[in-house]
Amino acid sequence: MPPPGFRLDLLWAVPALPLLGFVGNGMLALTRPKAKTAVSIIGVGVLVLSFAAAVAAVAGFVRLHPAAPLVFRYWEWMPVGDLRVDYALELDYLSAVMILVVTGVSALIHVFSVGYMGEDPGYARYFAYLNLFVFFMLTLVLGSSFPVMFVGWEGVGLCSYLLIGFWFNEKINADAGLKAFVVNRIGDFGFLVAMFLIFRHTGSLDFDAVFAQAPTAFTAGDAAITATTLLLLLGCTGKSAQIPLYTWLPDAMQGPTPVSALIHAATMVTAGVYLVARCNVLFALSPLSSATVAGVGALTALFAATIALKQWDIKRVLAYSTISQLGYMFLGVGTGAYAAGLFHLVTHAFFKALLFLGSGSVIHAMHHAYHATHSHEDAQDLRNMGGLRHHLPWTAGLMWIATLAIAGIPPFSGFFSKDEILGAAFARGTAEPIWLAYWVMGIAAALLTAFYMTRLMLYAFHGPNRTGEAERAHLHEAPWSMTGPLAVLGLLSFAGGVINVPALFGGHAFLHRWLAPVTAVADQMHPEVALPAGVEWTLVAAAVLVAGLGIFGAVRLLRLEAPVPARVAPPERGFARVLWKKWYVDEVYDAIIVRPIQWLSREVLWKTIDARLVDGVMVNGSAATVRVFGWVGSRLQTGQVGSYVLLFVGGVLLVLWAALR
Amino acid sequence: MTWLAAHGTEAIFWWFGSLAMVSAALCITRRNPVFSGLWLIVTLFSIAALFVILDAQFIAVLQVLVYAGAIMVLFLFVIMLLNLGRQSSTDMRGPTGAGFAAGLGALLLFQLRILRHAAPPEAVTLPAGSVARLAQEQGLVASIARPLFDTYLLPFEVTSILLLAALVGAVVLAMRKL
Amino acid sequence: MLLAPALFVSAVLFTLGVGGVLLRRNAIVIFMCVELMLNAVNLTFVALAQQLGVAGQLFVLFVMAVAAAEAAVGLAIILAIYRHRHTVNLQNINLLKG
Repeated sequence: MPPPGFRLDLLWAVPALPLLGFVGNGMLALTRPKAKTAVSIIGVGVLVLSFAAAVAAVAGFVRLHPAAPLVFRYWEWMPVGDLRVDYALELDYLSAVMILVVTGVSALIHVFSVGYMGEDPGYARYFAYLNLFVFFMLTLVLGSSFPVMFVGWEGVGLCSYLLIGFWFNEKINADAGLKAFVVNRIGDFGFLVAMFLIFRHTGSLDFDAVFAQAPTAFTAGDAAITATTLLLLLGCTGKSAQIPLYTWLPDAMQGPTPVSALIHAATMVTAGVYLVARCNVLFALSPLSSATVAGVGALTALFAATIALKQWDIKRVLAYSTISQLGYMFLGVGTGAYAAGLFHLVTHAFFKALLFLGSGSVIHAMHHAYHATHSHEDAQDLRNMGGLRHHLPWTAGLMWIATLAIAGIPPFSGFFSKDEILGAAFARGTAEPIWLAYWVMGIAAALLTAFYMTRLMLYAFHGPNRTGEAERAHLHEAPWSMTGPLAVLGLLSFAGGVINVPALFGGHAFLHRWLAPVTAVADQMHPEVALPAGVEWTLVAAAVLVAGLGIFGAVRLLRLEAPVPARVAPPERGFARVLWKKWYVDEVYDAIIVRPIQWLSREVLWKTIDARLVDGVMVNGSAATVRVFGWVGSRLQTGQVGSYVLLFVGGVLLVLWAALR
Repeated sequence: MTWLAAHGTEAIFWWFGSLAMVSAALCITRRNPVFSGLWLIVTLFSIAALFVILDAQFIAVLQVLVYAGAIMVLFLFVIMLLNLGRQSSTDMRGPTGAGFAAGLGALLLFQLRILRHAAPPEAVTLPAGSVARLAQEQGLVASIARPLFDTYLLPFEVTSILLLAALVGAVVLAMRKL
Repeated sequence: MLLAPALFVSAVLFTLGVGGVLLRRNAIVIFMCVELMLNAVNLTFVALAQQLGVAGQLFVLFVMAVAAAEAAVGLAIILAIYRHRHTVNLQNINLLKG
């Protein structure tokens, strides 16, 4: 039991502060929704304090340098038979990274939201939900057992629903929120069943106990562990928007842009990656599942990148980009390079949040312009933008930094993280060929990533402006409350690579060594394959070449004069149409899954079972039965002595018969 | 002659028994209630005869005096008082009712058939003719009076109170004005 | 030895009494059938008294006394009903009809 240091005991404060913010902002939302200053102070304040508490906790943790994770049990939640679940938080090397990223990026986005959502009537409600989200996310990453993590898991799903459908007065927004929640639920089912299996085999649901007993409780590679981990993967595909449960994420762009930045780029969608990294022991015990994780990741990375090539809504491009980059993270953790996957998680949080917030700046400006001229054009369509670098220079510059990072150009952060993942995949490919296929998919996706991101930047910020004569005068840069966080994220996107510079470049691979205790057992089972330096340099060169090719290709191939404003743009044709229509996946899901279930619900469950059986037979039927019995009973009350005597004699005969048997 | 000596008692018993059953059947099926009452009186007399054959002579006399003499007279008084002698329509139930009555009656009789084999256990049965001997030794009235005022004194007294209550009740119920 | 025939006669008389109660609607006639049932029971008592002792005859005494009291009160009730409803037909005496 670690000595309770002053700072480490305050671990509960890290999630408690945002919860407090939720309560405060929630009360304000209900009673005085116009109190903007108070809401801003509470909403941003608790996040900043939470970040400070997280830093203090990690600092204390570093000083203590414990061998095992620190578990703080706060109260007994479910003692049931053999199962004992406590509300307990755990601080180890993995959760330390996560809380810093979550609180840090969240704080920046909260500051951005003050400017972005300043004129929205639901301001207080927004901050309440956002604070609640951070609370749940922190519960997720700090939980020391599967059930506590699951509370956070479900909670972030709930907040995602609330925030996507923030402007619920329009049906499309409410539908998007509902879609996100329902698709997530499918994944949650997988998570739950996996929990049941874990408990059945190991007798516990606490992380320490499970991971300690897993090597003996499960036989490596057999059906039990494979089933368990594949079910966990199902949960991850739901939460982290991988194939087949990614369809909710593009629709989730209906929510406010800071929400997209926080939840659907930096934090919630990374929960799946965190889960795989946390359960590395389980995944290491099942090579088939690990390969599946990596395969799903690689395929998703490529698939989503193809769709992003032909999207015109700026946020949709970024949404598919997120799905694609999450695929990279899964490729990383599936390969066994958990540090690489988490490294990409961290760098992606920086540059993707920057991209989303930048697009928020753009959308903010476009909205103002259209509002001023009372136009009803789509403020998010790339075809309505163009040449915005003259009007939003800071945003443009910072977003270019993020674009170079995501494309993987050195020395930006994305280069180091992406390169490490691809290197790990190739290294494993020398032993098993399937990983080489994954590497190829990863490289192809890198090419496409560079291409579509450059396309986004060129269409939005370069070339002629298509917004309209009158609107152009109203386009202006965002206020400092919005560009400030962008600048911080820009710096992190540029320099964030320093936390894990590999030995190849003379670095110390700090993150890798930091996470080594967490992945020790898994690393022992599947030791890393070391590549000779020459091969490594070749891979690096290939990755940079591909990225450069993508950017160059976009610059040369795209004619910036070609796009026309959205309202007069012709529909896409041919293969472009397929990509624009997202490979028709939503339509296929609708036909195969949604419509049959709707039919089943309406015809069978509602009309037959609910209306006829429950209402008709059970409820009305029992009433009718009682009425019939009552009628029969009332027939007996004739008021005639004669009939009473008849019944009397009948009764006597009955008694006589019974007595004389 | 020997047949009569051997089965005489039984023959007389069955004669009066059949008379009782037939008159009872007639009693319940007459339309005129006066005739019902009269046939009931015949039944009561037959039962009194049966009592005599069964060594209960005192009870037989009481039957005639009290039942036939007082209770039935009271019945006929009330019938006459309410002028029920002239009935235009019968008060018997229709075919359904009669069917129920007949059916339930038959069922009852069927259930009572086991009385054919009824016999008290040997342990409590007195030797044959002991009641007759008792009557001869103590006298007809004394053989009944002695237990009445000895063992069964309490029921005797309670019955007298019962009769008092019935008397008061009947008077009150039949009064025109309180 | 006369027990079985006596019990038989008694059973038949009792059954006839029950049948009469179910068959008739006139209150007074029904009453008479009740008296018939009482008499059948008296016959049973006396028949058993021949074998079990004179207490059976004492029972008959009490039954008769109670029957007398019951007849008096019952007929008084019927008189009172007749005064109000001018009928003793049980079909018409149905104020309890629900």
